[in-house]
Amino acid sequence: MITRKDAEHVAKLSLLKFEAKELDKFTRQLEDIIVFVDKLSELNTEGIEPTSSVIPVLNVTREDTVKPSFTQEKALSNAPDKEIGLFKIPRIME
Amino acid sequence: MNLTDLSATALAKAIKNRETTSKEVTAAFIENIEKQNAGLKAFVSKEFETALQAAEDCDKRVAAGEKDLSLLFGVPVALKDNMCYEGTKVTCCSKILENFIAPYDATVVEKLKAAGMPILGKCNMDEFAMGSSTENSIYGPSLNPWNRERIPGGSSGGSAVAVASRMAPVSLGSDTGGSIRQPASCCGTVGLKPTYGRVSRYGLVAFASSLDQIGPFSRNIEDAAALLNVIAGYDPKDSTSIKTEVPDYSRFLNQSVKGMKIALPKEYLGKGGLSLDVSEAVKEAIAIYTKLGAEFGEVSLPHTEYCLATYYIIATAEASSNLARYDGVHYGYRNKNAKSLYEMYTSTRAEGFGDEVKRRIMLGTYVLSAGYYDAYYLKAQKVRTLIKRDFDKVFKDYDCILTPTAPTPAFKIGEKLADPIQMYLSDIFTISVNLAGIPGISIQGGFSREKLPIGIQLIGKPFMEGELFKLAHAYETATSWIKSRPPEAK
Repeated sequence: MITRKDAEHVAKLSLLKFEAKELDKFTRQLEDIIVFVDKLSELNTEGIEPTSSVIPVLNVTREDTVKPSFTQEKALSNAPDKEIGLFKIPRIME
Repeated sequence: MNLTDLSATALAKAIKNRETTSKEVTAAFIENIEKQNAGLKAFVSKEFETALQAAEDCDKRVAAGEKDLSLLFGVPVALKDNMCYEGTKVTCCSKILENFIAPYDATVVEKLKAAGMPILGKCNMDEFAMGSSTENSIYGPSLNPWNRERIPGGSSGGSAVAVASRMAPVSLGSDTGGSIRQPASCCGTVGLKPTYGRVSRYGLVAFASSLDQIGPFSRNIEDAAALLNVIAGYDPKDSTSIKTEVPDYSRFLNQSVKGMKIALPKEYLGKGGLSLDVSEAVKEAIAIYTKLGAEFGEVSLPHTEYCLATYYIIATAEASSNLARYDGVHYGYRNKNAKSLYEMYTSTRAEGFGDEVKRRIMLGTYVLSAGYYDAYYLKAQKVRTLIKRDFDKVFKDYDCILTPTAPTPAFKIGEKLADPIQMYLSDIFTISVNLAGIPGISIQGGFSREKLPIGIQLIGKPFMEGELFKLAHAYETATSWIKSRPPEAK
């Protein structure tokens, strides 16, 4: 059972926020979907290994060598706000 | 003959033989886009100038007598709007990326450029590839060229409409749970989801990283095979791409399918929700393959009924993590009125994402959160193992599995918007393939009584796309479905 309080908590974890009416709708829809996916609890999965990826590749590494990459200008080309070659954000400390 | 009616491989041949030029071909498709796109909304951005420039470069190379040109040399292509093409917008049809300019090329885009394929523009999709109808796009839905009241399928709906309506000879889409195959089915095109790891995902905006795969849309099998040859292969920039040799897929065409073993999973057939038209199309496909000498057997994929739940836990968990990067700091939309950093994060995301994306971020965050991780996320990963084992078992005795692509032909615009779970059920026959990481292709399998296309899905063993092309091509040759053209096509 998903309560409004659960939905509020998940919204906070997700860095999202909702109007009161919207939150009611999302709580209800989340509840519907959770009821739907609860079907999995019917299955006994004791001793079954989880699959996180279907391919047998683990920890792919490469040599730590310096190669050409983005210039500072290019890295900042989509920045919503910037100053002296840095990403600018609103005040963190009050 | 209308240039835009020719297949991509036929166009490439004509360009090489100097019967036409890449510029003429590209201009013909651009003309079709200009005529039709306002109505059908397949493209959300157009890159005509650079496409024509690339076409001219191709023509110079032909004129200079250059040899060893690629299979699709000079043939234009369209991209789903979640692939990076340097210097152009990649929006994922979301407000949060509305003004994002890709600072680099996706590996598939590098490969298209290297193959001499001019890029016409970017195609409409459900926001962040989340949806089955393109109705979740901020630009509004694309329309089905067979009937404008119908959805084109999704999430790669624009890429399917572009190919079906002759606005592009071929296009690329991405498929996380059916997002290439289901729109291909709705629009009467070919759509292939390759094996996980067959095509590099570098430069594809991530939705669910363990499920996403890029693949081709085309109007016939030969073109799909050629385009897969262009884009497939290991890429050091994608650590999940696989170092397996890419065969010449054209050698699988025009082969006999006599003695090939095709499995019919009982869980996919004759179940509630499958429309009569689709069920008849499947029966007809079985009859045609039987005539061609293939052998059928009924099998069971016992965990089928758990696929959708497994998918919606795994896909949303991965999405909630992948979409955490959209916070208004480095790129994309930012609410500039926010006074504090925290307010900027939350208001940027609340204003920048649409409802379906928020729903999935919420669900994904919930199933990963403390106290629920084991019950949902870990459980789903274990069930994923069982689903994969079901397929492994069938493939010990069979070459391929045949199913419908979708339970119904294209539904009406607006029909499933109010009920997310009904919308999710459109992908019921396609998502298991992503969970198992295996290839699946949707081919044109006839029409419903309302004259809407129906797709047949063929599912193969890992890296056996060639076998799927062999079977699909035999079916295409034995039927005349691909000759039908949508009433909207110019």
